[in-house]
Amino acid sequence: MYDILIIGAGVTGCALARHLCHYQGSIAVIERAEDVADGASKANSGIVHAGFDAKPGTKKAYYNVKGAKMYAKLARDLNVPYDPIGALVIGFSDEDRQTIQKLYDQGVKNGVEELRIIEKEEILALEPNTNPDVACALYAPTSAVVSPYEMTIALAYHAAQNGVEFIFNAPVTKIFRESDQWHVITPKGEFTARAIVNCAGLGADELHNMISDQQVRIIPRRGEYYLLDHTVKCPFSRTMFQVPSKMGKGVLISPTAHGNALLGPSAEDIDDGFDTATTRQGLDFVLEKCRLTWPKVNIRPVITTFSGVRAHPDTDDFLIGQVPGAPDGAFEAIGIESPGLSASPAIAEELGDQIAHYLKLPDARLVKPPVPLLKPFAAMTEEERAAACKENPDYGRIVCRCEVITEAEIRDAIRRPVGAKSIDGVKRRTRAGMGRCQGGFCSPRVAEILCEELHVSPLDITKSGGESYLLVGTLNDIAKEARGHA
Amino acid sequence: MREAIIPVDVLVIGAGPAGLAAAIAAKKQGVDSLIVLEREEQPGGILRQCIHNGFGLHRFKEELTGPEYAQRDIDTAYEMGIDIRTGVTVLSVSPEKRITAVSRENGLQVFEAQAIVLAMGCRERPRGALAIPGTRCAGIYSAGTAQKFVNLEGYMPGRKVVILGSGDIGLIMARRMTLQGAKVLACVELMPYSSGLNRNIVQCLQDYNIPLYLSHTVIDIHGRERLTGVTVAQVDENRRPIPGTEMEFACDTLLLSVGLIPENELSAGAGVDLSPVTSGAVVSDTLETSVPGVFACGNVLHVHDLVDHVSNEAFRAGEMAARYARGERRTGREIPVKDGKGVRGVVPQKLMLDDENKGVDLMFRPDRVYRDHYLTVYADGKPLSSVKKMILTPGEMVVQPVNEKMLAACREAKEITVAITEEKAV
Repeated sequence: MYDILIIGAGVTGCALARHLCHYQGSIAVIERAEDVADGASKANSGIVHAGFDAKPGTKKAYYNVKGAKMYAKLARDLNVPYDPIGALVIGFSDEDRQTIQKLYDQGVKNGVEELRIIEKEEILALEPNTNPDVACALYAPTSAVVSPYEMTIALAYHAAQNGVEFIFNAPVTKIFRESDQWHVITPKGEFTARAIVNCAGLGADELHNMISDQQVRIIPRRGEYYLLDHTVKCPFSRTMFQVPSKMGKGVLISPTAHGNALLGPSAEDIDDGFDTATTRQGLDFVLEKCRLTWPKVNIRPVITTFSGVRAHPDTDDFLIGQVPGAPDGAFEAIGIESPGLSASPAIAEELGDQIAHYLKLPDARLVKPPVPLLKPFAAMTEEERAAACKENPDYGRIVCRCEVITEAEIRDAIRRPVGAKSIDGVKRRTRAGMGRCQGGFCSPRVAEILCEELHVSPLDITKSGGESYLLVGTLNDIAKEARGHA
Repeated sequence: MREAIIPVDVLVIGAGPAGLAAAIAAKKQGVDSLIVLEREEQPGGILRQCIHNGFGLHRFKEELTGPEYAQRDIDTAYEMGIDIRTGVTVLSVSPEKRITAVSRENGLQVFEAQAIVLAMGCRERPRGALAIPGTRCAGIYSAGTAQKFVNLEGYMPGRKVVILGSGDIGLIMARRMTLQGAKVLACVELMPYSSGLNRNIVQCLQDYNIPLYLSHTVIDIHGRERLTGVTVAQVDENRRPIPGTEMEFACDTLLLSVGLIPENELSAGAGVDLSPVTSGAVVSDTLETSVPGVFACGNVLHVHDLVDHVSNEAFRAGEMAARYARGERRTGREIPVKDGKGVRGVVPQKLMLDDENKGVDLMFRPDRVYRDHYLTVYADGKPLSSVKKMILTPGEMVVQPVNEKMLAACREAKEITVAITEEKAV
């Protein structure tokens, strides 16, 4: 039996697991997918919002502002790409100006620092590629960008270093409380715990409704994006928002934490939370909207398009704390849509302390500081590269040419706690396959290394777990099969 | 700690067909110190996985497979004592011709070359670059990646295949997958003509009854984990899908053969001017780039159809690099060569008019299919030659020689233009 079972290994679940390492207790995270950050945490704008969007007094406002202020240290401690580049919300009309004034007032009330409303001249001086019709903007210097999946991976990695167990491919099929224990049934077996925490993202309403008589609803809201190659400089050096609509913060253009230009998202409510397909309409919408910010919009250097699905709660605010209408020992952090990434460190801290207090867990004697992630070869100086190659010859073998990722980094990503098990797992941990050729050259070699490290056949290798196999058989297998049909 | 710098006369980046030919030509010029760096574990480049035949018809007057063609140059290179270092990836090239590279055996190494030959080849345009809507499931490969799995590793990427794009590798893979027991349902081409060689359309599609849908494209991709199907639609003259023409194909594999892009990231780092049309370096007829002493040849310069042309181009680049390394410099007037009507990406983009220039081949692609048109070379608008061509198609590179006599006629010219004209120019 565990003290705490966290359901869902997104950024909220992983941040919570890591925070709970400050207490003595046995903790496990169970996850439906084969890896951490498989849902909204891997596909979002990667913005650490300053905190002016949410209405004052909401949980979104409170946790956003608090979480955002924790980010710089967190990213430094965990060695995750993070850049406080600032953000502009640009407006064109008198109506936009009113909205921007409202955002400013909200921000001040929420406790956001350094907010300013700036005029056309200053906007164009800061961001010369902005539409010259711009009238005014809210400038939030404290806004930042972070690599969201790397943050989640790093949180999980640090949690695992402190003894948190991760169980993958374990979707919860049944959950109930019996003789003061929670029972969680999954295809990977039955787990029991003194307390459970629902961090299940898009599946969180289903889980909530299994144990509570107060039903909630999470509406999957899909957003589509274009990602451009970082060899072409992003036309903006800050995150460029347009004034928000009722569907969200609207379409943005921003450099990512890795310097790619990101354009998106659209916002469309869908029925199936796991439907991350892109659509012609969605992508065209993004492009059309981007023209307002960037009239000379150029997506020639596009390397990929993707979509993410945010978990929009019908109450419009985060649901955090003890699960209302449920037996004892059930906690949740659900409906964590934007600004959830920004809020996650603060949610983890407060919810974690609440749970530990409920279970009367003693403070941990020692929280192991994070073992730093390897410095990427691509970011090393020539001297560091020479030294790294001497230390480990695997640094001498470049696997991903576009992003300059070495075999040493790929092997480390597979070997380390909460390591990669698939092509996408390696990609999110190392960036191998994230460049302009999108894995054309390196995916066969990455598959080979996965086989060597995990002692499996190439036929077992998947793109991202489940049935996403890369290969269907040997040449002989398929030729024989075809002769059988003939 | 500083690594010792390794001086070298000619350094060739890449040991594919271009790099090998360049090295052989440079060695023939008597270069003492010559090093070829290759990131794969074996020389031969992409030819290693091209196990079909059809290579070498021009150069060797016989039909070879890719590995056989490569082996001839590999054998020659080793017989000549050329130093080919495999498993070495070049990380950067500076305008001063300082090259950093890494390998498992030697770690980080720094070379300083008198002359460099860029012969890095090209890469395939991936799905992401096309922004095709749909899911991001497994089962979508560029044709070359699938070719590697099948021909070098012995694994099949799928059973039921749709091919998007009719580039040569896609066509070759249509046949290859069929022969291995897969069912190739369709080859879908956005343009109203194929971008592959006609002989491949016949031998790889028609001979196996694989339908080719021209002016069609994939508009949606289905399947959450592994591909389950694609939606194909006809496109109008602006390449926009026509509603109501959608067809569903149930397949587990989508191969992309939608274009090749010269792999010029190192060249850009060296300060080499790149052409937006070819995506390769801007070169003179000596194949020297805008950076003195840096030469380019093969698919890194512009994407070829035939390896025979690659080898010929690379021989010239290797020879010129060797001569540059020993201090030879050409002096003369240089004039631009420009794309005229109907012509895309003429290479070289510059001609040196000096006594030594005994003629040069201009290579380019037509911008669409032309029948019974004339290929005309102009000097300052005055035709130097005008030759009738039965067919000109973007899938087949045109080689237009400019001979010594024509060069003599444009001694005073300011520019050369190549165009496709309806009438014979006089």
